Parts: sequence; structure tokens; C-alpha cells
Amino acid sequence: MSRAATTVSESRSLHRFANPARFMRAADAVYPWALAGLVVSLGAGLFLALFASPPDYQQGDTVRIMYVHVPSAWMAMFVYASMAAGSASYLIWRHPLGVITAKAAAPVGAAFTFLALVTGSLWGKPMWGTWWVWDARLTSVLILFFLYLGYIALMNAFENAERGQKAASLLCLVGVVNLPIIKFSVDWWNTLHQPASVSRIGTPAVHESMLWPLGLMALAFTLYFVVVLIMRTKSEMLNARLRALGAAETGER
Amino acid sequence: MEALLSYLDMGGYAAFVWPCFGLVAAVMIYLFVASRRELKAREARLEALRAASPRRRSGAAQREAAS
Repeated sequence: MSRAATTVSESRSLHRFANPARFMRAADAVYPWALAGLVVSLGAGLFLALFASPPDYQQGDTVRIMYVHVPSAWMAMFVYASMAAGSASYLIWRHPLGVITAKAAAPVGAAFTFLALVTGSLWGKPMWGTWWVWDARLTSVLILFFLYLGYIALMNAFENAERGQKAASLLCLVGVVNLPIIKFSVDWWNTLHQPASVSRIGTPAVHESMLWPLGLMALAFTLYFVVVLIMRTKSEMLNARLRALGAAETGER
Repeated sequence: MEALLSYLDMGGYAAFVWPCFGLVAAVMIYLFVASRRELKAREARLEALRAASPRRRSGAAQREAAS
């Protein structure tokens, strides 16, 4: 098969999942596996993070905060990137599923960003001697949190649901510029925040005994997102159906 | 007992480590439960409407039959 034909067929197979009914059948099949994977990885990750991993030679037991802080921060960015992909598919191809999944994901992303900020603050106080500094990394993550809140507010700000969806999707796409700023802020500017230790070129700077719990917790957070996203997407679809029947909850559009 | 207390003390950083894990657990559990509750409520609402609609149809059919 030629390269162009492969791209077309791949693109078609991706577009197939833009059909809400087909997507939900796939999501229903994934849900129990994702839930089982979440329970196993969270159990194993928490055991390693809280009991089996050693304290850091410099940071002592505060290093255990890393096992919730870093996955929260990763997910804060990952969820936003997936919302941007959904928003783009809605604005470009008019796929309703794109905006439905993005809307369903927004509170989860906002929650992860909030957790990254607060756990970072609780880690910063004993290690840096301050709860907060207005440096590039912390400020850009705070902006990410406001982008999530702005997206949620815009989505619900209009009488006409479609106008809200368009405005929020546009904001989401514009806000993507913040993701590389967050990622590279630690290299571009002077900051208290340490540079990347795991996703750097070459070997990670984190020892295996800490990399395992970190990896398992990151997997658990990803599966948690999948599980909650499936529930929320399904719920949004049901609400759309209820709205069509004129029976949605009061105050929801 | 002493080993447990020493573990819970987290090398003197208990006031920072435990609130982190507690807050993460609270937020994640809340979001999971709230999302599930909302889904179940909407499923029930739609199911109730579906269950009610045949009755409405049969009511209309009855009226038609009566007229």
C-alpha cells in the first residue's frame, strides 16, 4: 500500500471513532479493563511509593510527594493536549464527539492542574523554603489552571449551546501555546523548579527504585482519566439526548 | 508501635507528605463519585422518560380508539 493510501485509511479509521455510537461501544469495551488496570496499578504504585521506595538522600521522605505531584502535572498537560485535539476535530471537521469529549475532560484536567499546584506548593515549602514563587514554571501552570476554568466558564456562558462550544474550543486551541512554555520554562528561564529528570535525552536521572513507583502512579493516573472520561462522555451524550427531549436538568444547556 | 509512629512521621515531614496524598485522594474520589452519580442520574431520567413514553402513546391510542 502506498504511503498516501495508508494515511487515508488511517485517517478514515480514526474518523470512524468520531461516530458517537461507535465510540461508546468501543468505550464500553475498554471501561472494565481500564478500571481493573487502575485498581492494580494504583495499589502497586501506592505500595511502592509509600512503603517500598527509599527516602531521597537529600530530600528525605518529602520525595514521596513526587509520586503524586509529577503524575498530576503530566496529566494536567496531557488532558489539555487531548482537549485541544478534540476541539480541533470539532472546529475543522464538525465532529460533535470532539467537543463532547473535550467538555467531559475539562474538569478532570482542571483537577489534575489544581493537584499539581497544591502538591508542588507542599513540596516547595520544606525543600525551597517557600510555598510559591512567581517563576516561569509555576506561573505557566497557574495560567493552565485558569485556561481550564475559562474553558468551562465559556462552555456554559451562552444560551445557545453551539456558540459556547465554538468559543470554548477556540480558547482551548489558543491556549495550546502554553504547553511548550510549561515544558521548556525550566530550560528557558531561571527557576527554582528542577529541569526534566525522567523525560530527558539519555537515561533518566531518577533511580530505578523511584522510577517504578513513579511509572506505576503515572499509569494509574492515566487510567483514572480514561475511566472518568468514559463516564463523563457518556453522561454528556445522555444529557444531549435529554436536552433534545426537552428534559435536561434545569440550568443545563 | 514505635516503628509505625516513626513511619507516620515521614522523617519529620509528615505535615507536608500526608496532606499531599490526602488531598489527591479526596479530589480524585470526589470527581469519580460525582461523575458516576451524574451518569446514573441521567441514565435513570432517560429510562423514566422511555418508560413513560409508551404509556403516553397508549393513552393517545386509547383516546383515538374512544373517538
